[in-house]
Amino acid sequence: MNTQKIHWFKFSSPQNFYFLAGRMWPWFAVLATVLAAVALWIGLVMAPVDAQQGQGYRIIFVHVPAASLSMFVYLVMAGWAGFGLAFNTRLSGMMASALAPTGAILAFLSLATGSLWGKPMWGTWWVWDARLTSSLILLFLYLGFIALQSSIDDPRRADKASAVLALVGAVNIPIIYGSVYWWNTLHQGASVTVKGASIAPAMLWGMGLMTAAFWMYAITMTLVRVRAIILDRERHTEWVKHAVE
Amino acid sequence: MAGANGVGKTSLLRMVCGLAPIESGQILWNDTPIHSQSDVYRQDLCYLGHLNSLQESMTVNENLVFTAALAGNAPEPTQLQEVLAHFGVRGRGEQLVKHLSQGQKRRVALSRLALSQARLWVLDEPFVAMDEKGVRMLADLIASHLGKGGLAVITSHQQVDIGTIAPQMLELRA
Amino acid sequence: MKKLGLFGVMAALLRREVSVALRQKGEVLTPLVFFVVVASLFPLGVGPESALLLRMAPGVLWVSALLAAMLSLQRLFATDHADGSLEQMALSSTPLGLLVAAKALTHFLLSGLPLVLMAPVLGLQFGLESHSLGILMLTLLLGTPTLSLIGSIGAALTLGVRGAGVLLSLLILPLYIPVLIFGAGAVEADAAGLGIGGHLSLLAALLVLSVFFAPLATKTALRISLE
Repeated sequence: MNTQKIHWFKFSSPQNFYFLAGRMWPWFAVLATVLAAVALWIGLVMAPVDAQQGQGYRIIFVHVPAASLSMFVYLVMAGWAGFGLAFNTRLSGMMASALAPTGAILAFLSLATGSLWGKPMWGTWWVWDARLTSSLILLFLYLGFIALQSSIDDPRRADKASAVLALVGAVNIPIIYGSVYWWNTLHQGASVTVKGASIAPAMLWGMGLMTAAFWMYAITMTLVRVRAIILDRERHTEWVKHAVE
Repeated sequence: MAGANGVGKTSLLRMVCGLAPIESGQILWNDTPIHSQSDVYRQDLCYLGHLNSLQESMTVNENLVFTAALAGNAPEPTQLQEVLAHFGVRGRGEQLVKHLSQGQKRRVALSRLALSQARLWVLDEPFVAMDEKGVRMLADLIASHLGKGGLAVITSHQQVDIGTIAPQMLELRA
Repeated sequence: MKKLGLFGVMAALLRREVSVALRQKGEVLTPLVFFVVVASLFPLGVGPESALLLRMAPGVLWVSALLAAMLSLQRLFATDHADGSLEQMALSSTPLGLLVAAKALTHFLLSGLPLVLMAPVLGLQFGLESHSLGILMLTLLLGTPTLSLIGSIGAALTLGVRGAGVLLSLLILPLYIPVLIFGAGAVEADAAGLGIGGHLSLLAALLVLSVFFAPLATKTALRISLE
């Protein structure tokens, strides 16, 4: 093993990061698959049947992890974007752009699974509960970010403008979530959740592992996507021309 | 600053103003990079680009008062009249800008320079589309500004005589 | 030549915005008319049953006011950008954040305030009683400046961009949601006999937060758009 210190700054150049990401992503893909398999086994096989909701509640093992991770990804995205804005690095903006679609997909997945849960429970395809509504708003924030990026032609300006948007969104997320939760308690809506007292340890393990699986998946997809973005943005450089031969 | 169309004169001027980002190198004013002293630098700066920065539905005087206010100044009405007269748009102070011809609008834009107390003038093709008299007026104005110890960075296609002061020439090539 | 202090400069900007707006009265009236039209669409959509309309009124009026306030945001910076005045503001020795705050203030005065004054008239159409009308006006008065401030961020981000109008709405409507929840919620709570102190404090808190942070985001976005 090389005992020399790793010069991390070397990887802040898109060219070096491209190759690093290329070596890293398969590992994360494997981790994601393994964790997901274990989590699904726990969720679908091992965890007990819920007293009130029967078998249908099992969708929580996808719904809650997807919702939590979609918010985590937004904060990471805002972090990268802010870093890029402050230090004027190209790669940070590319990372933020790479994270956005994954975050949006996770938010959408959270909505879809929430909807699938609601149908057998309450007979409706949508329920205005706090988590679902917050996920919906988070999806809007993601779509806004993606839309702003795609409507500005100059990539540097697009990165900076969407960075401002992501930061404003990140600051607003606690306020938005807070107001939606407050709104929901006021109007006594239905709730897409398992009641606290009856959460078995197995359920928590299942949700935790699934969250970790989604996290690994997000990292995998982001690394793959950022490589494509790097190739696109840097296509006029020599190393890209050699890399795609 | 001279150079063919599209070579980057306007971009360079905008970098000098601090509007456009700089990929490499630095711009120094009083030996300090401009980005670390933005507020001080902007007090010393007056920029005239291709656009006139005139609000069409306001009068000439209102426009001049506003641009002076942005620089922190409040000119007297007599000063406004003098400046307009000097640039050959005497008496048009109370006219709406949209009723002026292109040439007159340009002169009103230039008269902003006369009211400015900034040390550094950054002018992007100020002599374009001006008749001989206008060119003379502007050249004299720049000369007197330089005489008072001011600086001017100008891009131009044409060779213009600015009094007895020989300009430092910079030619941009693609 | 006299020197102007910061307040003098902001007053000059305010005076300029107001005089331009008064000479283009149509632009000030359009959002107001839009407010009336949109609010009137709801009864047409859900039927004239008075109990239903009364129940819906706070939310409907708030949403319509929100949409109307958003209409005129696009022009906040666009005309100045087109004639070069925005660059002059960015190059001015006055901090851009203050100029931007002054612009948002004039947007509130010319867009928000008329909505506040028009709302009771529409409220009557929905059967709101006078006490509720008062609360509605109060919440709109506290909320519309926040809408102008947050909206200015969107206007700055989408300056000169393709499809700016719709994109602007997509970007800032999610950010408007807390103001909507507390504003409409206050009117409902009051009608149900509950206290609205909490709602009003939260609206005030949102306003204070926007006053401090929105100009910062807007001026950063403007400088990015001017690059």
